Amino acid sequence: MHLLASFASQIILAAEEHGGEAGHAAEPGITSGVLVEWAWLIVVVPLVAAFLIAFFGAKSKFKGWLMAWLSIGFVAVYGTVLFVMNATEGVLYSGHVNIATIGSFELEWGWMVDGLSIMMYFLVGVVGFLVFTYAKGYMEGDVRFTWFFVSFSLFAGGMLVLVSAPNLIQLIVGWELVGVASYLLIGHYWEDFANVDAANKAFMVNKVADAALFIGAIIMALSVQSFRFDDIIDVVVHGEAGPLSQYAFWAGLMIFIGAMGKSAQFPLHVWLPDAMAGPTPVSALMHAATMVTAGVYLLGRLFPFYIDVSGLFGGDVRNIIIVIGGLTLFLTGFLAIVQDDIKKVLAYSTVSQLGYMVAAMGAGAYTAGLFHLFTHAFFKALLFLGAGSVIHAVHSNNMSDMGGLRKYMPRTFWTFVVGTLALIGIFPFAGFFSKDEILASMQYAGAHGQGVANFILVLGILGAFVTAFYMTRAVALTFFGEYKGHGEPHESGPWMTWPLIGLGVFAAIGGWVNIPGVYTGFTEWLATRNPLTGMGDHHAESFNWPLVFITSGIVILSVVIGWRIYGKDAETQAERDSFRIGGLWPLWQNLYFIDEFYMRGIVRPIKGAIAQAVLWFDMRVIDGVVNGIGLGAIKVADGVRSADEYVVDGVYNATGAATGASGGVLRRTFTGRIQQYAAFSFVGVIVIAVLFIVL
Amino acid sequence: MTVVQFALVGTALFSLGLYGVITRKNAVLVLASVELMLAAVNINLVAFDVYLQDPLYSGQIFSLFIIALAAAEVGIGIAIILMIYRNRQSADVDELKAMRG
Amino acid sequence: MTVSIADWFKETANWVFILLAIPTLLGAWRTVTSNNIVRSVLYLVVSLGGAAAMFLSLGAAFVGWTVVLVYIGAVIILFLIGIMITRAPLGMKAELSHASNVRMPAALLSLSMFVLVAWGLIDAFSNTAIEPFEPTPTSDIANLIFSRFVVPFEVVSIVLLAALIGGIALARRDDGGGA
Repeated sequence: MHLLASFASQIILAAEEHGGEAGHAAEPGITSGVLVEWAWLIVVVPLVAAFLIAFFGAKSKFKGWLMAWLSIGFVAVYGTVLFVMNATEGVLYSGHVNIATIGSFELEWGWMVDGLSIMMYFLVGVVGFLVFTYAKGYMEGDVRFTWFFVSFSLFAGGMLVLVSAPNLIQLIVGWELVGVASYLLIGHYWEDFANVDAANKAFMVNKVADAALFIGAIIMALSVQSFRFDDIIDVVVHGEAGPLSQYAFWAGLMIFIGAMGKSAQFPLHVWLPDAMAGPTPVSALMHAATMVTAGVYLLGRLFPFYIDVSGLFGGDVRNIIIVIGGLTLFLTGFLAIVQDDIKKVLAYSTVSQLGYMVAAMGAGAYTAGLFHLFTHAFFKALLFLGAGSVIHAVHSNNMSDMGGLRKYMPRTFWTFVVGTLALIGIFPFAGFFSKDEILASMQYAGAHGQGVANFILVLGILGAFVTAFYMTRAVALTFFGEYKGHGEPHESGPWMTWPLIGLGVFAAIGGWVNIPGVYTGFTEWLATRNPLTGMGDHHAESFNWPLVFITSGIVILSVVIGWRIYGKDAETQAERDSFRIGGLWPLWQNLYFIDEFYMRGIVRPIKGAIAQAVLWFDMRVIDGVVNGIGLGAIKVADGVRSADEYVVDGVYNATGAATGASGGVLRRTFTGRIQQYAAFSFVGVIVIAVLFIVL
Repeated sequence: MTVVQFALVGTALFSLGLYGVITRKNAVLVLASVELMLAAVNINLVAFDVYLQDPLYSGQIFSLFIIALAAAEVGIGIAIILMIYRNRQSADVDELKAMRG
Repeated sequence: MTVSIADWFKETANWVFILLAIPTLLGAWRTVTSNNIVRSVLYLVVSLGGAAAMFLSLGAAFVGWTVVLVYIGAVIILFLIGIMITRAPLGMKAELSHASNVRMPAALLSLSMFVLVAWGLIDAFSNTAIEPFEPTPTSDIANLIFSRFVVPFEVVSIVLLAALIGGIALARRDDGGGA
């Protein structure tokens, strides 16, 4: 007890001490207080819960679920309180505890409480709370129910460690915690090898990116002589030429590659669709609030570095970021069109939406990127949970086994539709405001010196078309037409439907916190409270009306086209397949020339050519590279083994034969094999040494 | 005193240890010979540390690390020998030919 | 600074060195040749004790006493326990080493190793003297281990932990009886 008390007092002391340091930010209207200072509880509670569940969960009430639920509920409440405080008064605080001093290097554990991290606390808390609630119903009767909530709490806790980090070291710790937890969760059903492969793939791809992140973090920390974000941003803000400006390109690029891995950017996105192997609540949390948002968050955290007002730092990387984001949002959207697995449709959709966020970051639109992250978290979690509800009822992931579910599952249907409208950006749902803001920022950046942004703007508008198309298809195939699966589907229980409704409310009105020209609270909370995070951000002051109408028009057109193709013909499986098979029912086809026009004019070019090409590229080239590397490693291992077998043994046998012929003295020398190896190695040492002396 | 006298003792110890490693049949004695070789390395490290007047005492500190690792190695080695003995009723290195390529 | 052979023998410290080197090497020699397994290990004690004394004579007091504590105190006990448990042949037995057809090439190998390295050492350092030195303060070593060398220190601690776990895992019986 003494230990705990002294630890707590140490924390408070350190926080007060640091509070003085951060005092320069204590502007009028910025508040702090005991609630803010104790915000570290947000990080600690889920992690402690994970440990407690691991040890006592199986015997506790609800087999550990209650503990997990209460801990994430605590985060949700605390996050909401902080969010409200930030919205009304503004919060800016950063505390830390010194864990160890190694020479001049101080290892710190800290917690940031500023607009950016508060938004993430709020997201992880609220979305996590609803997903945990849902998971109670979804995972009921699962073989590893308790273990699932251990990993799930660890997942949320790792993400909170990441977003609360005031320094790069802690960020990497959280980053890896999230990675490990995601590995455990994706491979939750490890009896099936496909799931294990998916978990491995996710882990490997992330590791490649993590290595780059680590290199980037070290370059950055060595050139600034500090791991703290404050110090790094300080150097950037003052625009001092120095070691950081010298290595800025490589540091920025490496850190961005790290972000690409976690945020599934093309061409490192391949792990995310496979990560669907985990239980659906995992997908919902992974795609909404945790894991994939980490990369965007990191770009936001280092935003002044990338926006590069002084022109000395990561400005060159910014163009790479916007291009990667643009390619991702455009190319992966098509992949969603050809999927039959409803979760994969949503997965590719997430990749595409992450592309929007990253592209916005690259265009210098800090608010727009994070705003889309904020709204996307709600509607994507909603869509995933809706898909999970459907899968729970149908016992299949494939949309060819679904259809007509709106009659059986009205709550799931209506919430799913709300999520869809939010995703494709129909006024006044959440996605409309955030996507519009991103496109407006692109336009602004293109008009103000970043030429490539104009090109990305076009891709973004086309991406909106594709988004609307595949979501229309998914809704039509799942909920309309006739049911094609087995048994009688039924609506999910209240544990699963209430979270859907909760998320549906957020998906509907979540965008209203940032309406250009009307109410721009979100911008204020994130960008202006902390002068060090939002520096250089461009925020649209009013709607860009031509853009709004173009985008909305294109989206509505896309929905209409999608509906014409999939809505009416979704009656039976056979008819829908006729699109793919073609010519099987000539009479029927003759009745629908209009459909054939759509098919030849739009569907086949998109679905047939581009999407297949992209899918082909995805599967053959990228997976080929990955597999090639694996195969190469196996070949090398084989080579080593055959070298071992043929060369070493050959030498040994040859030696044996030679000496056997010459009287067998030497051969009898070596009877104990291990010792023989040792002797050989020393003979080698001597030979090499003599060679060095002689030469 | 000269540095070379310590280095020569170290080399002699090392060579004797090498001889032991190759010729001993009993696994425990092979381990003992390895300990001789490690002791030789330590003598060299400390002698050169003193000779170089290193302000960081790198040689001495690393000899301490080697001692710690040697202790771990003996612990593990004895555990392995115990297991081999349990399986084969013998601690003779001659019996261990399963590493044949 | 070089030392001539005649000067070398005038120095008292060198006589101490000779007195330490002889038992060290003889102990090592008997360790690898003795045909009594327990004696062999006890000769190892003599050899390591000589090495520890050599550390003390060099002023490396902490290393010397660590060798005494860790090796002579703990490692030798481990060896003896190992010998007891594996029921190694106690008493005079002729089969602890391989036959002479192994011993001769091994001796040749060791000798050439020694000659090679000794030649290299003498060639490089010949009679370079060690400067007069102060005994190393233990507090300095402690400070350095926990500052400059903290990372290797942590790594070693992890290795020791792994060895501990590995030793337990290896040595426990898997017969499941558990009594």
